[in-house]
Amino acid sequence: MSFLTLSNIQKSFGPTQVVKDFDMAIEKGEFVSFLGPSGCGKTTVLRMIAGFETPSGGTITIEDRSLADLKPNQRNIGMVFQAYALFPNMTVAENVAFGLKVAGKPKAEIDARVKEMLGLIKLDHLAGRYPYQMSGGQQQRVALARALAPKPQVLLLDEPLSALDAKIRVSLREEIRQIQQQLGITTVFVTHDQEEALSISDRIVVMNAGRADQIGTPADIYNRPATRFVAGFVGTLNLIKATVVDPAAHRVSIGDQGVTLREALDDAKPGDAISLALRPEAGSIAPDARGDTALVGTVTSSNFLGSVIRTRMDVGGSSISFDMFNSPGLTPPAAGETVTLRFTASDLLIIRD
Amino acid sequence: MKSSRLFAWIALAIGATYFLVPLIGTFEFSLRMRRGEYSFDAYQSVFSDMQFRATFGYSMLMGLLTIVFGMLLVVPTAYWVRLRLPQIRPLIEFLTLLPLVIPAIVIVFGYLRLYNSSSFLPLTNSTNGTNLLLMFSYMTLSLPYMYRAVDTAMRSIDVATLTEAAESLGAKWPTILFRCIFPNVMSGVLSGAFITFAIVMGEFTMAALLNRPAFGPYLQFVGANKAYEPSALAIIAFAITWLSMGLLQIVSRFQKTAPVKA
Repeated sequence: MSFLTLSNIQKSFGPTQVVKDFDMAIEKGEFVSFLGPSGCGKTTVLRMIAGFETPSGGTITIEDRSLADLKPNQRNIGMVFQAYALFPNMTVAENVAFGLKVAGKPKAEIDARVKEMLGLIKLDHLAGRYPYQMSGGQQQRVALARALAPKPQVLLLDEPLSALDAKIRVSLREEIRQIQQQLGITTVFVTHDQEEALSISDRIVVMNAGRADQIGTPADIYNRPATRFVAGFVGTLNLIKATVVDPAAHRVSIGDQGVTLREALDDAKPGDAISLALRPEAGSIAPDARGDTALVGTVTSSNFLGSVIRTRMDVGGSSISFDMFNSPGLTPPAAGETVTLRFTASDLLIIRD
Repeated sequence: MKSSRLFAWIALAIGATYFLVPLIGTFEFSLRMRRGEYSFDAYQSVFSDMQFRATFGYSMLMGLLTIVFGMLLVVPTAYWVRLRLPQIRPLIEFLTLLPLVIPAIVIVFGYLRLYNSSSFLPLTNSTNGTNLLLMFSYMTLSLPYMYRAVDTAMRSIDVATLTEAAESLGAKWPTILFRCIFPNVMSGVLSGAFITFAIVMGEFTMAALLNRPAFGPYLQFVGANKAYEPSALAIIAFAITWLSMGLLQIVSRFQKTAPVKA
């Protein structure tokens, strides 16, 4: 039995439908990320779980109990906001204690819990500070402690790292994941940053235009994108135009070169145009490797990206990028050079719209 | 650069002279009650006047009540307008500006027509009723300043997100309003409160036409019948206003909130 279930959720603002047929079952203790571009409806779904928006249709349940009749302050769901939302008139300790005071807990219990939470986020020494005396990263950690203090059944994180600088973002996302695993709390995390979602989630929901395009583990989402949108949104991807040659033998042609796919070409006929996807890191240059899983092309550019060098080549009108790990002795291919790109049959994916 | 600084100093000097010379003149005149020498006799006369004490105390009380009830009206209104009804904000701003446009005498005649002894709500039938009506009049007069001060303070905090954060922690409306929002708009509330206090202490029309023993009518009475005391009273009134403004500065300096984010 799932812990948090969203069934056929719909949400419209006036004539605009922002969430369509959204279904999701989240297990207890799971860390699920909603990933998608701005305006895809991910925050709206989160706000419906929190109770700040009312679904136009569908049901949200926690352990089979509907949340429909519960106000946000009755749901026992903790939330961390992008803008921290700490109470400026309260110290760190008072902010963390707020939910416990509202719940009418005894003072001794509140003090102990505040101490425990501040220890968890390693900010016990800043208990007496006001929010304006702290950095953004510290404020967001306090916001996390405040949300966790009343022991909520679900934790919602609405782009909590977006307002922070890159270094703090990485360290804080690791800290969030560590705390989540330590407490075993069911967590829904909203982000538009694919790296964030891939690095800390048990499962990812990739959302597009109000729908869940794909739900899966980070590896599933990255390695086996279900739609063209997911393929394009998560990671860098080469989209290659190909023509079906022999469906039974999984043979297609890219320009004038033939390749064999691992996936079956369901219902395709010879001459049909299809789209294939290849990750830049999947290919490597190999001398004289013509065959079923290699493509010969002309290098158009090489870009130094630090740890990798990304080279772009032209294959029968399609532009394909591939990455090489940087090393002191590496000489990237020069523009105009003819190279052979080798990959395995399973790296080349058929992309469906 | 140098000449522009010079012009700035000249402008400042002219402005200061325009305000300070009459004030110094008034102060100097208030000290001349005793023939041939300066003294504080006029101030002594004012402070020992029972009517001064009674009217000053009455207006102080009315000022405090106006502030309390004004805040109870304005803070929740500004909060709800910001949170749930931003589309009616222009209307509320227009309504709160009306007391600046409509003369006080028109407002008070309106009140007298509406709340006289033969009306459906005869507030002027009793002293307490009239006091209540006077307090409501003061609330109306201070509305443009009070609403703007509170609304500006609310603009500096993210009212919607703070409300949602408090709600997600289990708080109900009174807790959200009085523990999460109210303390964070305190600078605005206090600004409005001090301006309200200054308005109430000097207001004449409403109190005179409602026949209440306020400080404004007393100022007018003394001004019409005595020589040196009106000058002393003018200086006292200035001192009260300045004290209010000084307190306002101190309070806004010691606010515990972060500087407003752009």
